[in-house]
Amino acid sequence: MSWIDIGALDDVPLRGARLVKTRAGCVAVFRTGAAEVFAASNTCPHKGGPLSEGIVHGTRVTCPLHNWVFDLETGAAVGEDARIDVFPVRIEAGRILIDGAAVGQRSAA
Amino acid sequence: MTPKNLVVIGAGMASGRVLEHLTDAAPGTWDITLFNAEPRGNYNRIMLSPVLSGDKTYADIVTHDDEWYAARGITCRFGEHVVSIDRAAKTVTGENGTVPYDKLLVATGSAPFIIPVEGRDLPGVITYRDLDDTEAMIAAAAKGGKAVVIGGGLLGLEAAAGLAERGMDVTVLHLMGHLMERQLDEAAGYLLRRDLEARGITIMTGASTAAILGTDRVEGVLLEDNTGLEADLVVMAVGIRPETRLASDAGLEVARGVAVNAQMQSLSDPDILAVGECVEFDGHLFGLVAPLYDQAKIVADSLMDRENAFVVRDVATKLKVTGCDLFSAGDFKDGPGREDIVYRDPARGIYKRLVIEGDRLVGAVMYGDTADGNWFFGLIKDETDIEEMRETLIFGPAYQGRAPADPLSAVAALPPEAEICGCNGICKGTIVAAIEGGAGDLAAVRAATKASASCGTCTGLVEQVLQVTLGDAFKLPAVQAICGCTDHTHEDVRRLIKSMPLKSQEAVWQELGWKTRNGCHVCRPAINFYLLADWPLDYLDDPQSRFINERKHANIQKDGTFSVVPRMWGGITTPDELRAIADAADRYKVPTVKVTGGQRIDLLGVKGEDLPAIWADLNKAGLVSGHAYSKGLRTVKTCVGTDHCRFGTQDSTGLGIKLEQILWGSWTPHKVKLAVSGCPRNCAEATCKDVGIICVDSGFQVGVGGAAGMDLKETRRLADVRTEQEAIDLTVAFIQLYRENARYLDRPYKWVAKVGLDWIKARVVDDPGERRRLIDAFELSQSIYRKDPWAEHAATRAQSYAPLADLTLEAAE
Repeated sequence: MSWIDIGALDDVPLRGARLVKTRAGCVAVFRTGAAEVFAASNTCPHKGGPLSEGIVHGTRVTCPLHNWVFDLETGAAVGEDARIDVFPVRIEAGRILIDGAAVGQRSAA
Repeated sequence: MTPKNLVVIGAGMASGRVLEHLTDAAPGTWDITLFNAEPRGNYNRIMLSPVLSGDKTYADIVTHDDEWYAARGITCRFGEHVVSIDRAAKTVTGENGTVPYDKLLVATGSAPFIIPVEGRDLPGVITYRDLDDTEAMIAAAAKGGKAVVIGGGLLGLEAAAGLAERGMDVTVLHLMGHLMERQLDEAAGYLLRRDLEARGITIMTGASTAAILGTDRVEGVLLEDNTGLEADLVVMAVGIRPETRLASDAGLEVARGVAVNAQMQSLSDPDILAVGECVEFDGHLFGLVAPLYDQAKIVADSLMDRENAFVVRDVATKLKVTGCDLFSAGDFKDGPGREDIVYRDPARGIYKRLVIEGDRLVGAVMYGDTADGNWFFGLIKDETDIEEMRETLIFGPAYQGRAPADPLSAVAALPPEAEICGCNGICKGTIVAAIEGGAGDLAAVRAATKASASCGTCTGLVEQVLQVTLGDAFKLPAVQAICGCTDHTHEDVRRLIKSMPLKSQEAVWQELGWKTRNGCHVCRPAINFYLLADWPLDYLDDPQSRFINERKHANIQKDGTFSVVPRMWGGITTPDELRAIADAADRYKVPTVKVTGGQRIDLLGVKGEDLPAIWADLNKAGLVSGHAYSKGLRTVKTCVGTDHCRFGTQDSTGLGIKLEQILWGSWTPHKVKLAVSGCPRNCAEATCKDVGIICVDSGFQVGVGGAAGMDLKETRRLADVRTEQEAIDLTVAFIQLYRENARYLDRPYKWVAKVGLDWIKARVVDDPGERRRLIDAFELSQSIYRKDPWAEHAATRAQSYAPLADLTLEAAE
């Protein structure tokens, strides 16, 4: 894995999200707890809603357009047969790192 | 065999344990010299907090006394600082002379971290690390006065509790959002705070220290937000860092701590070992005693040439403050693939959260009842497969291997004297007697006994007693809970937020027994509104609990772009405003410009990242947010009234503008639209608005509860009044009553239908005192919320509208 620093943990609001543009498309970085982050595709498979704008609750996010709910740990939609891509992400010394290979490889494929 | 020379620098708990192992297993093989900067030997540092609080004395916590050292032939050089280590000559030089070593053990421990602010060296500013610090605090507390403890971690809170116990007026300043954030989650942090506040300790979170004030000695603390606090004593307990000066002077590899291998040998010199808080192993530092004791065993084995290797284990934390029972173990924060099991018992102040990954328990946080803590810790350490007991895991070991009990049979089994309602002290027998006396439903039981009439958390139990007593004659009422996170209805929650009172989200989650960590997209926006409507000064609006439109102050469109609608007061605009809107539409390539039904202009298709810039441009022309996105005041539609119209009877435009200026920025349960028409021809369509005013010759007709959306409703007359001020007062009082009582997402017409227009008239029209209270309460709230969010966001939060990072800009490989 090649970890890329994408910003400070505190730049993502608690129970909120920020957008990261990658070669694999827009990725939403969610902060579900003081030191708990997830990264997933920003695009809802239903009608393309921007998930980084959704309400973050527990380890889930609700799409702002039509309230589809996604589990950020697995990417699975709750109660729907759909999922979003999730990407490895971790916290180190107050910075958020994303797996560059995971978001880069997809664009090459 | 002649004994070899072992020199130990530092007589703390870790090196003390090394000496115990060594002198027990291989007495006489080492000639030991022990240096300690403190003028005393090894004592149990963990027990300093009971010494501070007066529960123990120093004599009680001594681990090794003079006799102990003498019996083992250890040469003690206490109160003597070590000056240097000479690795070539293999000697250690203290203030009183040099000793040779064959093996050297560095156990210099840690030093308190001192935050680099002005005034940190003033007399009266102390750290909390050793017995001298503790005695200094006891001496200071004897004089009474005010103490400020900087740091709301384990050590800081123990210091705060001890000082409070000794009669000082204590304030704890904590930089983070909740106490002990490294060991506790927000929910447990909330309960801890509540318990500490109950014993008179003031807690300030998100508090950053700017300076310590005073001339000859400490007099106060100044925070970054310019809050000033008086202080006779300041205790700094923000953390520790490994004490590595001697080691790095000697040329040993030091990262954050003295770098060691799994045999606890310095990476630079196999004859030098290190143990305790000064050590760094594999990127880890150590502060709790369990891993230090593990290290001590390894050090002893290494010195005796036995093979052994140090491994990092999970540790559990407990707080040593009487009455604050908390426990945390394992990892309850990071990582994908994890699930929570949450249990809350509000009446007893209990919170438990287990974190599960696959079929393993990986973390546990408990507050209020930690009896099962060690059992959970065992499951974490041993990586036990918990799949089989998952359903009942949170109830602890006593429940394993049994079927979960049927709640009804449990209630049936309760004796008559069992207490059901804790608030009013009502036992089961009293309730059963009331039911047998004819009280056939919850309301009747409440009226007869007061059971469940206060905090309401026993409502479910009372209903079960009804069911057990009446059998099939009792049908559980089909109450509509807010969502799956709770069994409470909107009405229950509103009532409890006011009566208990509850002033934070964490308070609601805990006291009302929420089943999820922090609600969901259905309940959290509702709770956020209820809290800010009822406690405008105590509760701060939480943007993360708002739908995107209200968080970004713009309406999201189906393609993810936004619409921007500047406010036009009463529908009046000017050429300059129109030019500014046209310029903004050009500059930001707005694809659609539309006139709305609320008499203003909508710019549709603005990109999210352009929002702060377009707002700043519109602000320059004096335009502010139109709140076209909010559950709040939208528009006040007007006709031109007496200014131009030959039929106009009053200044309808003027009244509309006044109302809009009073009401704008306020949050309401759902959107609120007003209109003021200048005559009964009603060109502003006031009779289908939430509040619609029709001007007539004799004054103003104020109607409420109209709608022209999913339902079509004509307004109903609240009252006819003579003056404009009376019309304004009625409108404000009505909206405040709606804010205080309606269910979230009920438009006024739905709420009016539920409570009845007479109930509203009795308060808003017929009771001048209540009307005044409502108007004052609205004004109080508006002192916070009557402002332009666009200007605020453009000035302070513009960054958050841009992507966090753009990895597409990196050079292609």
